[in-house]
Amino acid sequence: MSDTKKVLTDPLVNNNPITLQVLGICSALAVTSQMSTSLIMAVALTAVTACSSAAISSIRNHIPSSIRIIVQMTIIASLVIVVDQVLKAFAYDISKQLSVFVGLIITNCIVMGRAEAYAMKNPPMASFWDGIGNGLGYSLILIIVAFFRELFGSGTLLGIEIFPLIKNGGWYEPNGMMLLPPSAFFIIGFIIWVFRQWKPDQNEAADFKILDISHGEGGHH
Amino acid sequence: MNEYLSLFIKAVFVENLALAFFLGMCTFLAVSKKISTAIGLGIAVMVVQIITVPANNLIYHTLLKEDALSWMGITGVDLSFLALLSCIGMIAALVQILEMILDKFFPALFHALGVFLPLITVNCAILGGSLFMIERDYDFTQSVVYGVGSGFGWMLAITVMAGVREKLKYSDIPKGLEGLGITFISAGLMSLGFMAFSGIQL
Repeated sequence: MSDTKKVLTDPLVNNNPITLQVLGICSALAVTSQMSTSLIMAVALTAVTACSSAAISSIRNHIPSSIRIIVQMTIIASLVIVVDQVLKAFAYDISKQLSVFVGLIITNCIVMGRAEAYAMKNPPMASFWDGIGNGLGYSLILIIVAFFRELFGSGTLLGIEIFPLIKNGGWYEPNGMMLLPPSAFFIIGFIIWVFRQWKPDQNEAADFKILDISHGEGGHH
Repeated sequence: MNEYLSLFIKAVFVENLALAFFLGMCTFLAVSKKISTAIGLGIAVMVVQIITVPANNLIYHTLLKEDALSWMGITGVDLSFLALLSCIGMIAALVQILEMILDKFFPALFHALGVFLPLITVNCAILGGSLFMIERDYDFTQSVVYGVGSGFGWMLAITVMAGVREKLKYSDIPKGLEGLGITFISAGLMSLGFMAFSGIQL
């Protein structure tokens, strides 16, 4: 039981797929200008990762290693088609807004990465929980980013007005940059900063040390 | 002609796959530490993009689209939900074939690209390019132009990013921000720069 819990909670902060494993960044940046699209995306990705990990893990002893990528791709692509069709049937507007990004779950490195790194070596149930855990780690970042972008970009959360806008007689002038792509980069950069201040062991070793000139050799670069 | 030129410019600058749609970000951040490797990967992505987008366009228009099978006498069949599967299959197969061809006829290029070639299969810029092509309903010529433009745009972005990161090595960055954090922020600044093109109507 404690194993399951560890597999499930580890990817949230200690081994987060986005901030530490650098996986699945594309969609994390692109769909986060609104809470609703990010929530749907988070659920879709968690479902696909969990199911594909379980499926791949249950046939892992029968896949010849030379064609494993194509086998994994086929399984993942089939699951994504299911998700895509379900979204089109029940949440057509959101599926239009997500446009190609639902399809891009196929090449989302979280799905492939977990299939390669975990599901090929572990039994189905554990892989399933690992998929859920990594999906949740991804969702966490996605929701934090979307929270800031929607709140400051349009003064709403999930479409409900939080900050009354000036044009509706309120006081808040929306920050349009938050809705533009670059703000997602900045927010994720800052999230990484916060995580690494909190857990210093996640820091990367620097390629170069900056010498303190007063103690070092001195001189100019 | 004018129409194709503006499509090209749009695909390279205004709708840059890496900086406006964040496609291929994982490799974009992972392989942009050195300019030379970044250019190698960029060229590989561009070549694959130039081949796969038109190829997927042909498959989509002759086999999958609604009523596309009418040339075989079958009507009323809509296989477009298979587009995802056929696109990724096409990409995986083409990358494999390209690998074999390069290995046989251009061994120097093959060794230069090395491990990047198989990695391209899971690069979302490639699949994204094909999916955008389907979503926007490009015809064959447009898809060729779009393939060239989007591939070139991606290469441009990763090369510039590598240049920025090579300089960044020498700067004094707060401890927690070193590495990935500052890379994200500089990518954001670059993306802001590319936004300057966004008002352009072509």
